[in-house]
Amino acid sequence: MLKDVTIGQYYPTNSFIHKLDPRTKIHFTFLYIIALFTIDNFYGYLAAFALLMGITLVSKIPVGYILRGIKGLVFIILITVLINLFMTPGTPKFEIWRLTITEEGLEIAAFMALRLIFLVTGTSIMTLTTSPIALTDGIEYSLRSIPGVKKYAHELAMMMTIALRFIPTLMEETDRIMKAQKARGADLESGNLVQRAKNLIPILVPLFVSAFRRADELAIAMEARCYRGGHDRTRLNELKYNKRDVYAYFVILGMMVAIFATRWL
Amino acid sequence: MSIEIKNLSHIYSQGSPFESIALDDISAVIDKGSFIGLIGHTGSGKSTFIQHLNVLLKPTMGQIFIDGIDINDKSTKVKSIRQKVGLVFQYPEHQLFEETVEKDVAFGPENLGLGDAEIKKRVKDALTMVGLDYDKIKDKSPFELSGGQMRRVAIAGVLAMKPSILILDEPTAGLDPRGRDDILNVISELHRREKITVILVSHSMEDIAKHVEKIMVMFDGKIKIFDTPQNVFSQVDLLENIGLAVPQVTYLMRKLKEIDPLIDQNIYTVQQAKEEIIRMMRRRKDA
Amino acid sequence: MEKMIEFKNVGYIYEKHEGAETVAIDGVSFSVRKGEFIGIIGHNGSGKSTLSKLINAILFPTSGDIWVAGINTKDHSRIWDIRQSAGMVFQNPDNQLVATMVEEEVAFGPENLGIDPKEIRKRVDEALKTVEMGEYKNKKPHQLSGGQKQRIAIAGILAMKPKCIILDEPTAMLDPAGRKEVIETIKRLNREENITILHITHYMDEVVDADRIIVMDEGKIAMEGTPREVLCQVEKLKDLRLDVPQITELAYSLQKEEIDFGCGVLTVEEMVDRLCQ
Repeated sequence: MLKDVTIGQYYPTNSFIHKLDPRTKIHFTFLYIIALFTIDNFYGYLAAFALLMGITLVSKIPVGYILRGIKGLVFIILITVLINLFMTPGTPKFEIWRLTITEEGLEIAAFMALRLIFLVTGTSIMTLTTSPIALTDGIEYSLRSIPGVKKYAHELAMMMTIALRFIPTLMEETDRIMKAQKARGADLESGNLVQRAKNLIPILVPLFVSAFRRADELAIAMEARCYRGGHDRTRLNELKYNKRDVYAYFVILGMMVAIFATRWL
Repeated sequence: MSIEIKNLSHIYSQGSPFESIALDDISAVIDKGSFIGLIGHTGSGKSTFIQHLNVLLKPTMGQIFIDGIDINDKSTKVKSIRQKVGLVFQYPEHQLFEETVEKDVAFGPENLGLGDAEIKKRVKDALTMVGLDYDKIKDKSPFELSGGQMRRVAIAGVLAMKPSILILDEPTAGLDPRGRDDILNVISELHRREKITVILVSHSMEDIAKHVEKIMVMFDGKIKIFDTPQNVFSQVDLLENIGLAVPQVTYLMRKLKEIDPLIDQNIYTVQQAKEEIIRMMRRRKDA
Repeated sequence: MEKMIEFKNVGYIYEKHEGAETVAIDGVSFSVRKGEFIGIIGHNGSGKSTLSKLINAILFPTSGDIWVAGINTKDHSRIWDIRQSAGMVFQNPDNQLVATMVEEEVAFGPENLGIDPKEIRKRVDEALKTVEMGEYKNKKPHQLSGGQKQRIAIAGILAMKPKCIILDEPTAMLDPAGRKEVIETIKRLNREENITILHITHYMDEVVDADRIIVMDEGKIAMEGTPREVLCQVEKLKDLRLDVPQITELAYSLQKEEIDFGCGVLTVEEMVDRLCQ
């Protein structure tokens, strides 16, 4: 279930991609998503596929591991395909019962499915090759360069850091509370949907109470350590672009142009 | 209600790179109505062990019999085992969730499918047993109580299921001395009056020495010693080797024995030490 | 001697709900010299946690004044100076760690103070070395034991170069091994770095080596003195239902049997000495 979602998981290897500045990877992912939406023919997807394959190979992450990310999204992809397949007007191709599949529908559905798969795979590669800490830093630094958003950059990054810090703690806590309620005879597995939702109350209430208590204590602890927002704050590890980032930017831009250029093929 | 553990092993994440052996082929018999202290440093397997007795974890190998019934057998109803074996987790107040104390304590009995009158009676009895005034406290929100009171309400929530075996995982952790003594007295009293089997997990050798009849020492997933406090605390070197200590007075008596060989060094409570020292002083006077 | 902390007639009253006022601290006066190790003992609700928050300017006295390193805590313009010179370590190790990596955690305080990255790096490495956690700098907090987490929290304070550390029941949630690690660390800081320590705890045996013990009860100072002076009054401690180390209790009960060897025996060695005189 939760284990299948690869977005947000980190797969450590010491590849070239892993060593890149997180900003490079974030900017690239951003450009890549834009490029995906400009693709209007099959050659574009072929180019994007070549790009993804290339990066995957360099990153040393097993292909199967990346594909696991798609598994969690099969349902959404299927719905998108079905809607486009049956709802696109145009030249009829097949007729099933009272539904018509058009030529245009087939084409759009196929492109949509590809677009979603490429989107998910590309983004998972970014998170798989970037540690959550680096990713948070990357987002903070990237947002800082956007006027208007600048002042929220630190707050947002701090929120992400705290979330990352407390996920394992709260997972452990959930496990403990579930066991404690089971020891009191709670039945978490049976019953219909409404019943099951009700069964969660003895777990969710203590979990929320504890999360609030933790938040409260953490806030005091942070204040006691002179935390006062992002203003005038320095960092232990400042992000610095490296030579390899410059190379990466050139390669990436070249490939983006290539993908975009497939529109004229 | 006797507990019989036969060659119990538990391996976490078996077959993965994170595989770890938490329990390694342990066997023991815990007699009906006994008061057992379970000690061992963090990671020695205590938590894994007690969760097996409540069927929250299943053995990788081995069996557990409670009153002759194999608790992991397919025909055994899990709920009936959980009713018989009450398990109080560490910081049990963190599991409180209802609007009122009465409703929260009733959660266990309700899960057992008891009638309203019986539930009410049990809630009242359980709250009285932990030293709380039922009428005063029943309509309060558990979240407005003091830390010590919350913990007692949580323990009452387990007692209301009328277990014949009660397991408590560090029930006094984080409490002040007053709160700690209150809880330990409640447990001792329960053991004495209701004759229930108690397994108390604790880091405090002094508390263990004061209350229990037998001590089970765990280390590295195994039971190292399972004996009377006297016989356990006499093995100071072994205990220290596995990261445990003996009560302060035991250290004192060992030191004194180096000076006066007639001293009985197998002493672990203040009362015993006092009597032994008085004997020593008398001997000296006579000499 | 330079005064590190001074309380003058401090009171703290807070509103629980709708008008019901609770007196948490009631006319407390005391002072702490630089480099002292003070143990503060008391029950839950005796006001000892409030006391620590008052020192750190998280709470402000409703009456009286508090000076920390010569600064009145009511002086809002210098609140960051106060918090920098008097650092705090809290009870729950999980709820005071902010970052996802040990070295970032230790850097959190200095980062807030706006210190130069190079200097932060130096301080982080030093602080981790002082608490003997250097090799854990790339670990995640949830991979550490309770005692290790508390030592990281202490390192986080050390990196801010404080004059004084207030520890609010730092051992209450730890096992004996963790307790020992933390106690040894703070004793060393006091001895070697001359950092003033205020150690709040339930465990009397953790403060038998302190320079002074303050016993709090119902918002007031109930007892104050050297460990020996305080532990001489076993009867009073028992009335307050506080713990007495087994040895002290034994000496006290022997005294009742008219075996007299003076009061306030604190350690096993002392007891042996006195018995064999």
